[in-house]
Amino acid sequence: MTRVQSLLRRAGPEIAVTLLLAAFPWFGGKFYVDLATTIMILAVFALSLEVLVGATGLVSFGHAAFFGVAAYAATLLSPKAAAASVLWLLPASVLAAAAFAAVVGALSLRTRGIYFIMVTLAFAQMAYYVFHDTKLGGGSDGIYLYVKPVLAIGGATLVSLDQPLAFYYTTLACLVATFAFLAVVLRSRFGHALAGIRANEVRMRAAGYSTYPYKLAAFVLAGGLAGVAGFLYAVKDGFVNPEILSWHQSGAVLLMIILGGVGRLRGAVLGAFAFALLKELFQSEAIFGPLARHWQLLLGFAIIGCVALMPEGLIGLPAQLRRARLRAGAPRAA
Amino acid sequence: MPPERTPPAVLAVRDVTRRFGGLVAVDRVSLALERGAVHAVIGTNGAGKSTLVNVIAGELAATAGEVALNGVDVTHWPQPRRARAGIGRSYQRTTIFPRFSVYENCRLCAQARRQAPWNWWTKAERDDASADLARDALARAGLAAFGGHVAGVLSHGQKRQLEIAMCLATSPEVLLLDEPLAGMGPEESERMLALLESLKPGHAVLLVEHDMDAVFRIADRITVMVNGGVIASGAPAAVRADPSVQSAYLGEAAA
Amino acid sequence: MDLPTFLVQCLNAVQYGLLLFLVASGLTLIFGIMGVINLAHGSFYMIGAYLAYALAPFVAQHLGGGFFTALFLGLVLAVAFGYALEWGFVSYLYERDHLQQVLMTYGLILVFEELRSLLLGDDVHGVQPPGWLTGSVPLGDLMTYPVYRLFMSGVCIAVALALYAVIARTRIGMAIRAGASNREMVQSLGVDIRFLYRVVFAAGVALAVLAGMIAAPVSSVYPGMGNQVLIISFVVVVIGGIGSIRGAFLASLLVGIVDTFGKVLFPQAAGVLVYVLMAAILLWRPEGLFRQG
Repeated sequence: MTRVQSLLRRAGPEIAVTLLLAAFPWFGGKFYVDLATTIMILAVFALSLEVLVGATGLVSFGHAAFFGVAAYAATLLSPKAAAASVLWLLPASVLAAAAFAAVVGALSLRTRGIYFIMVTLAFAQMAYYVFHDTKLGGGSDGIYLYVKPVLAIGGATLVSLDQPLAFYYTTLACLVATFAFLAVVLRSRFGHALAGIRANEVRMRAAGYSTYPYKLAAFVLAGGLAGVAGFLYAVKDGFVNPEILSWHQSGAVLLMIILGGVGRLRGAVLGAFAFALLKELFQSEAIFGPLARHWQLLLGFAIIGCVALMPEGLIGLPAQLRRARLRAGAPRAA
Repeated sequence: MPPERTPPAVLAVRDVTRRFGGLVAVDRVSLALERGAVHAVIGTNGAGKSTLVNVIAGELAATAGEVALNGVDVTHWPQPRRARAGIGRSYQRTTIFPRFSVYENCRLCAQARRQAPWNWWTKAERDDASADLARDALARAGLAAFGGHVAGVLSHGQKRQLEIAMCLATSPEVLLLDEPLAGMGPEESERMLALLESLKPGHAVLLVEHDMDAVFRIADRITVMVNGGVIASGAPAAVRADPSVQSAYLGEAAA
Repeated sequence: MDLPTFLVQCLNAVQYGLLLFLVASGLTLIFGIMGVINLAHGSFYMIGAYLAYALAPFVAQHLGGGFFTALFLGLVLAVAFGYALEWGFVSYLYERDHLQQVLMTYGLILVFEELRSLLLGDDVHGVQPPGWLTGSVPLGDLMTYPVYRLFMSGVCIAVALALYAVIARTRIGMAIRAGASNREMVQSLGVDIRFLYRVVFAAGVALAVLAGMIAAPVSSVYPGMGNQVLIISFVVVVIGGIGSIRGAFLASLLVGIVDTFGKVLFPQAAGVLVYVLMAAILLWRPEGLFRQG
């Protein structure tokens, strides 16, 4: 009984949010359910990057590549006339993303610091150009996923993903599963080792950890989870184009985690929500009138402001304010 | 070499050389570490002491020469592999995990011998073996009471103690200590010296230090380096009396 | 490929590489000396091109000048702008970690793009080079080559030589070289590091703006041009080694050759070849050809 109690205490916010999201379709209209689905997909994407940046300290500016590779894999592998089975399509897409991540990671992790950031960016560009310039994925026009997959066991179709509500709950389930999985992994020896590598790689090596395999494993894990998000994205609208591999996507997901708070799984999810809502806000002509057409200007200022003023993100805001209040109220040192 | 030789060397360094372009930082240095003894390496600034430690630890590759651990040639092994084999080191500039608790600092180092990275479902804290090793190491270093503190708030001396504790947590055979007394006041130095003395049984210790009093109190053998090369090596009394050491390093007023 | 075509492509490759060098040298200096990763560097190139387009009528009307007057004016504006930007924005980036620098300069890209969109629109424009630089000259009796491209290469070579002279032969150049290897040391030696940073940053901006201005007649002026150049410049810096001008020069030429001949020989894979080159070099030398410091 105490184990359940302690779980409730620790995971209270997560359970509350999950219940809220589960109940959401009852009081949200079609547009908002669609928006919430998109945000949940972004949250999975952000969680995947959190493994790299927050948990291991590797700033990757090319994470959209794995998202995109999985999305394209899902689209290209789906038969045009019949519904594929999620049971093989999802793993196949994730595997494609993870395989690409293994190659990119193996090469990129030979570099560090600024080099690593630039190298990951360059590899993502490479993937972008492959899809943009070649006939592999329909070029810059993109391609369609004609028949959405279904979850079928033994011939019986359990969940048909072309139903918005069914897809909503599938996405919610993926988000919860990803979050729970990462929470467990980061608490394991592997997770603690990653945290040590982020905090002080020199000391880890001196203690006896071969850090390259750990970093590569984190990179592949992150790539694979980004693949889950990519798969969901492809299935949701049934359309993919090369822009989902662009570095603007990579920048957006980095922004999500810093907005929410780097180093915390909750931060990644919160950041995804905050980013998506900010985008909606800035694009709203009702509030910003003609400036809404240039919403990227507002977004640019918002990014600069958020990073400058809230270095610990939204999750860290209470602590940041508390410290500021303490400092303001503290007596002057003698 | 006297025929009644002491126990075989745990760590043997033979003619190790390290070049950086045209600069020879370590010039054909040989020394041996024996279990239960402290071998101090002293020398002026820039003599190559830290570089030597880095080469033995594996952070830098040797340009020439050999490093052997218990007879096994580890010269081309990467640092983590040497660490797992039993070569532990501490750093001159405190290299800890400031945001983690003191206990976690040690536990994470202890975990290095029992990594099990594929086991992603078991909580790290449940690994009793690394927990015990960590607690042991903290106790030996005199930090048992500070386990729950965040490492960053410790005093400088305590951080240096933690540095040693983290080294011990990996159950090393060889301890390479790079200026453990750096920046310490008299009281803290006493504590650290007592700790170092307590480490002798069961470990082979290489001590790089500037504090001459400490060195002569605790060392069983001393090697003196100048400009990358060894100018004297032997028992403390002999080294102290050596005229080349006196003129090059200790100054004209000999003890 | 017959000989004249081959020679033309060689010249194209060198010209493209030299242009890249202008942009990449600024980027590598800023990375190497100041430790700041500045994603907005491509925007300076774009600003340069749009300056060439926007200043031409203004200069013709009010100053009675032509292309070169616009060029000069643009450079003056660039230096002033770079100086102000360092003072007002970049100087706050030094203590921040890479992630924050990446994102803040990424936000800057968005701001620059949209400001440009607001002020100058999103259309593609052409820029006329001065009359005496149009047309082609015969090179030997094998082929002809556009004069303007030769002019571009000439400017880049002149700038490269000037950069070499400043960095290798002057006191400020010494401070720059020292700063690229060891920033703290330079500071403790009493060099006014704030002034040095401001100068280096302004110089980097000016180089990128100059590149954009002289490239405008050839590549046209269009919205996405900054981003394209930025990423290729990153590749150049990674290949050449951060902080190394020599590395940037060699890497630029290498990238120029691979990209130009790639487009001619393997048009489908052209965009990818440069990254394959980068991957190959990283396998061999993870810190670039001429790692500094």
